[in-house]
Amino acid sequence: MSTTSGTSTGATTPSSTRAKPASKWEAAADWTDGRLGIYSLAKANLRKIFPDHWSFMLGEICLYTFIIIILTGVYLTLFFKPSMAETVYTGSYVPLDGIRMSEAYASTMNISFEVRGGLLIRQIHHWAAIVFVAAMLVHMMRVFFTGAFRKPREINWLFGAGLLFLGMFDGFMGYSLPDDLLSGTGIRFMEGAILAVPIVGTYLEMFLYGGEFPGQDIVPRFFTIHVLLIPGIMLGLLVAHLILVFYHKHTQFAGPGRKEENVVGMPLMPVYMAKAGGFFFLVFGVIAAVSAIATVNPIWSYGPYRPDQVSTDAQPDWYMGFSEGLIRVMPGWEISVWGGHTLNLGVFIPLMVFPLVLAVIWLYPFLEAWVTGDKREHHIADRPRNAPVRTAFGAAWISLYLVLLIGGGNDLIATHLHLSINSITYFVRVSFFLLPVIVFIITKRWCLGLQRRDKEKVLHGRESGVIKRLPHGEFVEVHADLSQADKFTLTAHEQPQPIELPAEVDENGVARKVGRLAKARAKLSEGFFGDSGQIAKPTAEEHAEITSGHGHH
Amino acid sequence: MSHDISDNSPQAHGASHGSEVAEHGNPFADPGLPAHLPRRTDIDERAAKRAERQVSLLFIVSMLATIGFIASYVIFPIDKIVYIFPLGHVSALNFALGMTLGVALFCIGAGAVHWARTLMSDHEIPAERHPIEADDEVRADVIEQFKTGAAESGFGRRKLLRNTLIGSMALVPLSGVVLLRDLGPLPEQKLLHTGWDKATPQNPIALINMNTNRPMKAEDIVQGSLTFAKPEGLEEDAPDFQQQIAKDALMLVRIAPGDLKDQQSAELGFDGILAYSKICTHVGCPISLYEQQTHHALCPCHQSTFDLADGARVIFGPAGHPLPQLKITTDEQGFLVATGDFDEPVGPSYWERPR
Repeated sequence: MSTTSGTSTGATTPSSTRAKPASKWEAAADWTDGRLGIYSLAKANLRKIFPDHWSFMLGEICLYTFIIIILTGVYLTLFFKPSMAETVYTGSYVPLDGIRMSEAYASTMNISFEVRGGLLIRQIHHWAAIVFVAAMLVHMMRVFFTGAFRKPREINWLFGAGLLFLGMFDGFMGYSLPDDLLSGTGIRFMEGAILAVPIVGTYLEMFLYGGEFPGQDIVPRFFTIHVLLIPGIMLGLLVAHLILVFYHKHTQFAGPGRKEENVVGMPLMPVYMAKAGGFFFLVFGVIAAVSAIATVNPIWSYGPYRPDQVSTDAQPDWYMGFSEGLIRVMPGWEISVWGGHTLNLGVFIPLMVFPLVLAVIWLYPFLEAWVTGDKREHHIADRPRNAPVRTAFGAAWISLYLVLLIGGGNDLIATHLHLSINSITYFVRVSFFLLPVIVFIITKRWCLGLQRRDKEKVLHGRESGVIKRLPHGEFVEVHADLSQADKFTLTAHEQPQPIELPAEVDENGVARKVGRLAKARAKLSEGFFGDSGQIAKPTAEEHAEITSGHGHH
Repeated sequence: MSHDISDNSPQAHGASHGSEVAEHGNPFADPGLPAHLPRRTDIDERAAKRAERQVSLLFIVSMLATIGFIASYVIFPIDKIVYIFPLGHVSALNFALGMTLGVALFCIGAGAVHWARTLMSDHEIPAERHPIEADDEVRADVIEQFKTGAAESGFGRRKLLRNTLIGSMALVPLSGVVLLRDLGPLPEQKLLHTGWDKATPQNPIALINMNTNRPMKAEDIVQGSLTFAKPEGLEEDAPDFQQQIAKDALMLVRIAPGDLKDQQSAELGFDGILAYSKICTHVGCPISLYEQQTHHALCPCHQSTFDLADGARVIFGPAGHPLPQLKITTDEQGFLVATGDFDEPVGPSYWERPR
């Protein structure tokens, strides 16, 4: 707002009070800043510090493969025809000459055999999708095992979970589009799964497929969902995910000079721009080379989809493998309910367990937060051994996931390893319940063993490999004292104490009411942080006693 | 744990190494950031020059690879197949494009990372974190502002206004839901019948062999083989062929009379020839594996196993009920025909499926 002071407002009034820019670059930056406010944005971020650790690259792989998928996907849409209209193949792939097929399949053949480089882009698109979901899963494991999901990052953990879930489904829809014999089988499976939904199953099926299976609509509908709806949501989640990463700043591992209140590393400009930017090209380069030498989804050898034909060894892409395992190992089970209605539990239960398997690991952070009652922010990443229950839970979950993958590939395992398919299926059925428990126990004990070892190293030093003979003939191994930095690093973790229930009777001798939930929480807390849950880390007194001569070699 | 010696500045901690710290006070105290150790390229200009040449070489290789990509695109015909050890026979164009693109991209990445690791500063810098939560003053201020805004809107005070707004907002998405109605037809009886339901004892429908596209006589079905069939009149060029075959597909087996375990199933067949739906009752895959000694049919998708000699009873796997069987006989000329539909719906089960 202009003021009514008497200063002249003639033509000579300068447009800006800013000093004259030193170069054309500065002038251009000033121009942009005047419109977008880039200086304030850059002040906070240009030299933003990123801590360094190899495992922090896993999230980058997700981001880069997502970009690769979008770039190659846009190219593919230029040639792909998402239509189930029937056509007769006349292209250059002789074995299919004269065969009836959908436009979707024919145009995918065209991309693979007529468009120069089309096959390569298709392969890069598919390989990048495979790596994308794998990288998301491994990235999620990194965040899980280091406790990087704790406050303030719980919401970002859920954003990541959403990205993984959507990524899996977008992958499924993507490889369903070419309408080849394998993908059609996947769509047929989906029809059977939808029909198993009680009450509304047949309605959902009719509305999704536009009538009876396979109909004319499923490929064009999947196409829109695959290229627009899901990627759009994912892009939003991804941006939110990255904004929160910037806002929270990255976690870091404990080490000398690294505290909850700081972040130690190298600045975005130039080191991280070069490293992270370079890493994009490394990932892209490797995927391009893999696509040149390893064929994925050779639709020409499957042939076009026919509902009465199928190939053996029909397998979904790997990330759908665990749901395939659920559906394969579940025993057949149909019951009659409400006077003659059929409830197909043999399909419906696996359909419901499928999201549950994922939800268990996604909700674990909230269980842990409830058990610990911890309301503080955490920016120092845990070493997995220092959170034995969490680590054991994660390992148990992975074992469940892997055993379901085995179930999903039971036919391949049977034919390649000459095993009975029935035995594999029975093994998976039992392992589904038993293996996670065994893995939980082993992992927890393993973590405790590693904690004991850390404690010993801090108190007694590390084994130097030097054998010394004492004057009286005894041989001893010299232990070298750890550096101050190592001692600090190995003792920097927190060890929460189990919560205690209030005494059963209060000071007046009146019985106190303790809710069941509170009791369960105390019990869990004891399991997490009691004597069986962690090894008390060395204290200054223990250290003083050992270093003050007695036992000091 | 006290942090009295945890100064972050490299100068301050440079001297405080090793056990002096431990002697007084906390033996596990934070010694602070370690001193920066110079790399070879930091102190030796020749090493730095060498690193610069290495990075530039990588960028040059990338440029050459891009030229190679364009050249490959022009030179190699799309249908040229070459033998490359150990890959086998591959498309020359696909291999050349992929490798040159891979090298072009990888070398840019390798160069940038090598540059960052050898020539850019590797001084670790600490930056402060600030709590994500706002302080109490900001919090109180925001809550106050919100309350003011809410009070000015009258949302809480004018109940009629609030309730009608909520009502209209709750109703308006219904239009969108209604619009989804025409995504597909209602299920009605569609899943209940197949293309065989046009057959009657007076007007039977012949079974057409899928491979020869001709009707079959009983003697065409030999013991131990699995023959696939479709109803007469269903042609591949029919517009709804895919929908029809997804329900009508049949598999025929001939089982020695002595091996038949289920009398009811044997009566639906003709002279030991049984016609079962080919569509698995689990989730609808076409069953295609037959073990002639045991009369077991296996679905290759999820390994549901049916005993065809015993009314296609499920003996293993996730399928919930036997395969529906089609009653067959022969007409005057001796061709295999069906005289009616399956006695139950084919394919995966669903809520309305009679049981």
